[in-house]
Amino acid sequence: MELILALGIGALVASGTWLVMRPRSFQVIIGLCLLSYGVNLFIFSMGRLRIGAAAIMPKGGVVDPSLYADPIPQALVLTAIVISFATTALFLVVLLASRGFMGTDHVDGKDPKR
Amino acid sequence: MTPQHLVIAPILIPLLAGAAMLLYEERQRRVKFAISLGACVAMLAVAVELLIRAKAPSGGSLIGLYLLGDWPTPFGINLVLDRLTALMLVLSSVLSIAVLVYAWGGWQGRGQHFHSLFMFQMMGVNGAFLTGDLFNLFVFFEIMLAASYGLLLHGSGPERVRAGMHYIVINLVASLFFLIGVSMIYGVTGTLNMADLARMMPDLIARDRAMVQAAMAILGLVFLVKAGIWPLGMWLPATYQAASAPAAAMFAILTKVGVYVILRVAFLNFAPGSGASAGFGAELLVVGGLATIAFGSLGILGSQTMPRMAGYAVLISSGTMIGTAGLALLGGGSGMLAGALYYMLGSTLGIAALFLLVELVDRGQSAVAAMLALSADLFGAPEDEPEEDQTGLIVPATMTILGLSFAALAVLLAGLPPLPGFVGKVVMLTAMLKGGVSGQAVAWIFMAALIISGLATLIALLRVGVQTFWAAADQDDPKVLAVEIAPILALLALVAVLTWQARPVMRYMEATAAALHRPEVYISGVLTAERTQHRREVAE
Repeated sequence: MELILALGIGALVASGTWLVMRPRSFQVIIGLCLLSYGVNLFIFSMGRLRIGAAAIMPKGGVVDPSLYADPIPQALVLTAIVISFATTALFLVVLLASRGFMGTDHVDGKDPKR
Repeated sequence: MTPQHLVIAPILIPLLAGAAMLLYEERQRRVKFAISLGACVAMLAVAVELLIRAKAPSGGSLIGLYLLGDWPTPFGINLVLDRLTALMLVLSSVLSIAVLVYAWGGWQGRGQHFHSLFMFQMMGVNGAFLTGDLFNLFVFFEIMLAASYGLLLHGSGPERVRAGMHYIVINLVASLFFLIGVSMIYGVTGTLNMADLARMMPDLIARDRAMVQAAMAILGLVFLVKAGIWPLGMWLPATYQAASAPAAAMFAILTKVGVYVILRVAFLNFAPGSGASAGFGAELLVVGGLATIAFGSLGILGSQTMPRMAGYAVLISSGTMIGTAGLALLGGGSGMLAGALYYMLGSTLGIAALFLLVELVDRGQSAVAAMLALSADLFGAPEDEPEEDQTGLIVPATMTILGLSFAALAVLLAGLPPLPGFVGKVVMLTAMLKGGVSGQAVAWIFMAALIISGLATLIALLRVGVQTFWAAADQDDPKVLAVEIAPILALLALVAVLTWQARPVMRYMEATAAALHRPEVYISGVLTAERTQHRREVAE
């Protein structure tokens, strides 16, 4: 499971990095999305991978924490997802504004001379 | 609000004010302005009160602590108030009042929701200063950045949208790095509380220490992007140049947020004499600071326009701060850091005033250019476009006042007597000669860079000043309202007061720098202050 997750994060971040460096703003935004998926999975993995373990402990009494998944990274991922979702939406608006002003979807606002 | 809860006020005031203003229509600017100004003044009052409290701590603890939800310290989110935090809070709220009054002159009406965005940015900035938790720092960073995206685009236009797109992408990628660093630290140490982390730092086993240091390096990258260090600060001059004057002036504090976090995190974890990790990354900070100063000096000499120069002045200022932080981490002593903090006050206010001033001067020049273009088209006298919302007292002898203010700012930023740029640099240089790094090659290089950057700033600003104020005979006096020039003059007066009252201010800075060198006070303050408070509540 560790290997699959690591490969998945690697593939997401690698493709995201490549796309962020492309000249078209649409490619950049897809790249940012992929990067943020990779990072979210990475945060998740920092709580150690567990199968079939709940993250919420029952109320009262003494519990054995080793039977439960670490809830903090899951909470962090949730926050990170919300924030990256919001900022991506904002970037989408700027992208459209840029397309409207410049008439091109190049990130520098003008197409390089061919 | 009881005195104890005052610590959270710098976050709550802008949040409530910003949210309340969303209820008003865009046309009701008078109400919005009144609300924002009230909020900013309240923030300043709170910040001054917190400063006094941080200066003379009560109850034996040297720091103020506020527990959100009253969870015990390592688990809950906390806000921490110490001297450095209080200082930054005062700086940001002073700046916000000046910028807000300036925006009343017209900028507030050239886009949507200026005041709300402004307030949310203040909330993010204040939150980043106050928080004692790494993940919460990320959240406040995002609030600050999201508002700054909006402020950068304020006024719209192709130039701003293009600069905004680059700015947003760079900061989004930086935020992802922030998340990676934070989660790595959590994965290794199991805590995100800065004080708790700093407590563990000296006792980490070698393998874990390497991981935490790597995570810290990734975090450092993010803060250095924010501070605009070379080579991560290439975006900065273009972005700040494109932003509208009030937005750019507020952005002057954003780079200082990066500097603040570097100071906070580096001195908590890697202060001289803190075990095996002491001085981690210090060389990099020094080299980066030097490179930034060099890049900023060359840039300011090579710039043709005033806004661009102001952008490079930001780089010089943050390069100086980062480099000094690195030298202090190497064991340069707290005197140097005190000088740098003093310098930071003057240079931040000065750069903000410069951004405000530049727009006023450019206004006259663009009026001439627009007139030429118009007369070429129509062969007639151009109509005077009545600017909307520009009501109020128009200042006489505009160019004289602007020219004098510009000269004062050049003196301030170049570090000539009698303004604080000079005092700060003198203190830094004396401490470098006397302190722990005296005689080392790096100290000499840094001193040279400090002086040469001042010279470069002076040459560049004087050149453009002569062109603008003396040589341009055919220039119209720009129409400048009293509310637009008043904030600049007020900032200058404040800077003059800093020189006049240099002794108490410097004493505060020295205590701040000394406190930064004693992270154990911060750590034990955070980790033990909670218990007494908890005990008291249990007793009640």
